[in-house]
Amino acid sequence: MAIQSSFKNMVLCLFGVCVVCSALLAVVYAVTAEPIEAAAEAKTNSAIAQVVPAFEGTPVADTVNVDGTDYPYYTVSDASGVVGYAVISSGSGFSGPVQVMVGFYPDGKIYNTSVLSQAETPGLGAKCVEPEFRDQFRDFDPAVKKLSVTKEGGDVNAITASTITSKAFCAALNGAVAAFNAISGASMPVDVSSGASVSGDWEANDEGGCDAGSVDTVAAGGCDAGSVDTVAAGGCDVQPEE
Amino acid sequence: MEYIIIIISAIFVNNILLAQFLGCCPFLGVSNKLSTAVGMSGAVCFVITLATLVTYLLQKYVLDVLGIGFLQTIAFILVIAALVQMVEIVLKKVSPALYQALGIFLPLITTNCAVLGVALIVVTKEFTFGGEPHMLNLGESVVYAFATSLGFGLAMILFAGLREQLALNKVPKSFKGIPIALVTASILAMAFMGFSGLV
Amino acid sequence: MTKFQLITKGLIKENPTFVLLLGMCPTLATTTSAINGMSMGLATLFVLVLSNMAISAIAKVIPDKVRIPAYIVVIATFVTLLQFIMQAYTPAIYETLGIFIPLIVVNCIVLGRAEAFANKNSVVDSACDGLGIGLGFTLSLTVLGLIREILGSGSAFGFKFIPGDGILCFVLAPGAFMVLGYLIVLFHKLTDKKN
Repeated sequence: MAIQSSFKNMVLCLFGVCVVCSALLAVVYAVTAEPIEAAAEAKTNSAIAQVVPAFEGTPVADTVNVDGTDYPYYTVSDASGVVGYAVISSGSGFSGPVQVMVGFYPDGKIYNTSVLSQAETPGLGAKCVEPEFRDQFRDFDPAVKKLSVTKEGGDVNAITASTITSKAFCAALNGAVAAFNAISGASMPVDVSSGASVSGDWEANDEGGCDAGSVDTVAAGGCDAGSVDTVAAGGCDVQPEE
Repeated sequence: MEYIIIIISAIFVNNILLAQFLGCCPFLGVSNKLSTAVGMSGAVCFVITLATLVTYLLQKYVLDVLGIGFLQTIAFILVIAALVQMVEIVLKKVSPALYQALGIFLPLITTNCAVLGVALIVVTKEFTFGGEPHMLNLGESVVYAFATSLGFGLAMILFAGLREQLALNKVPKSFKGIPIALVTASILAMAFMGFSGLV
Repeated sequence: MTKFQLITKGLIKENPTFVLLLGMCPTLATTTSAINGMSMGLATLFVLVLSNMAISAIAKVIPDKVRIPAYIVVIATFVTLLQFIMQAYTPAIYETLGIFIPLIVVNCIVLGRAEAFANKNSVVDSACDGLGIGLGFTLSLTVLGLIREILGSGSAFGFKFIPGDGILCFVLAPGAFMVLGYLIVLFHKLTDKKN
């Protein structure tokens, strides 16, 4: 049925099959590269649209570094100025990273969240994708509430039987809050104990002496809380007065 | 410390057979007898570790460098097939006794998805063994692959032991063979779920 | 065998999952819901039909001793092709199925059909055979996924009809083994009666 299995035939044939297959793949790769990129972009854009208030124009991408971790983020604005930020951050889940996009109002409140990728157990940790869990973060104010699970004294209701995932989600959110603070220059208390990747020494709200009243050179809005001694990026050049 | 976490996680918590379902064909196919199960586990252990080492290097120093990541699947499966062939030839020459023990299982391993599965997982997935999510380096990859194959062996040998006992029992006609084995595997998987949360 | 018989035999008589017991890894791993099972089945169907056709076309010019590596390369090509297409047009499903898409390469069903059928038959017959076996695989994965989804999350094809959590165990690993075991028993019972 088949041709003779001589050494020459075998080598030629395998070589031929490999070349044809690789060529075919290279062509398809080139053809689909653009749609693949478009699909990824569409996913990011739909996530952005989900996590920030209504905006105009295209989101502006940038990266901010907090304590050695890079956080990609997008700034969205409309005619009246910046309406929100979408920060990508991740935490260590049960079976791999849980990557979350967190949308902020310009004042630091969380608008909404969207899980970009996760590999948690279906039926357990994978529930972090569902609105039932994520809705508690709508209009969540990290300056007032504590971003950690209730078991650890925080204000987040964990997913039943999936504390690790819930903690990972909180860690991702804490990372995002730290990134937001760096972006906007404001300072918010960040719960370091919940395993967030921020190791800064943010002080609690009521300890610092920097309320709007004692600062007479407030340049930008949104800086009304906390002592700003560890602000990484500029944007709010206020020094706390003693 | 991290290596210990990797090992415990790969053997018990994320057992390749009972939690990730990779390599189920030999798991159901050659688990009738304890001795064949041991032979198969040994062969798989050997091939997975070696294959992961080679494919990791291939990915890092050939595919990534040349920018031909799209040939990943083809390249990996060819490497694994060639490697299995080579192991077979070398083993035949060097250790006929070992070849006698593992020989018949070696050709089957090429189409064992555990081998390709682990090779692909190691170069594509981010791991979070206790710390920050990161890609595995060479040492971690090899340790992960070896521990995974130990997990394969553990599940395989436990299961073969159970099936040897099962063979002596009366089983309803429709349940004979694979169905009762699957139900047994289900209970074994349930037992392994007890390890979850360990790391 | 007529073309129609070639297509329908995979559904019951030579059902790859319940009778031939092939391709267990994706069967167990991806059937956490009916949609996932069906996507996996259709992905395998795609590869199976194309690789069957290609292999039956080139079988004549492949020396016997290197046919397995040659077939594997052909199958791997179609699998990678499928990866690109899914990544571009159905990224959500691609992410859900994850590693089990590239692992179609080592699915015994695909290589098995190439060896047992495609290299001895015409291109059209091989396509029908691939379609039949692929449909059988898709059907059984969908059924398995559906049962696990109904019991485990109280929904069917993503449509939730029982509030609450369902019996979680069925979505997790033990449920996969158990439901498959009982389904095979049921399948044996039903087909035995027919004969």
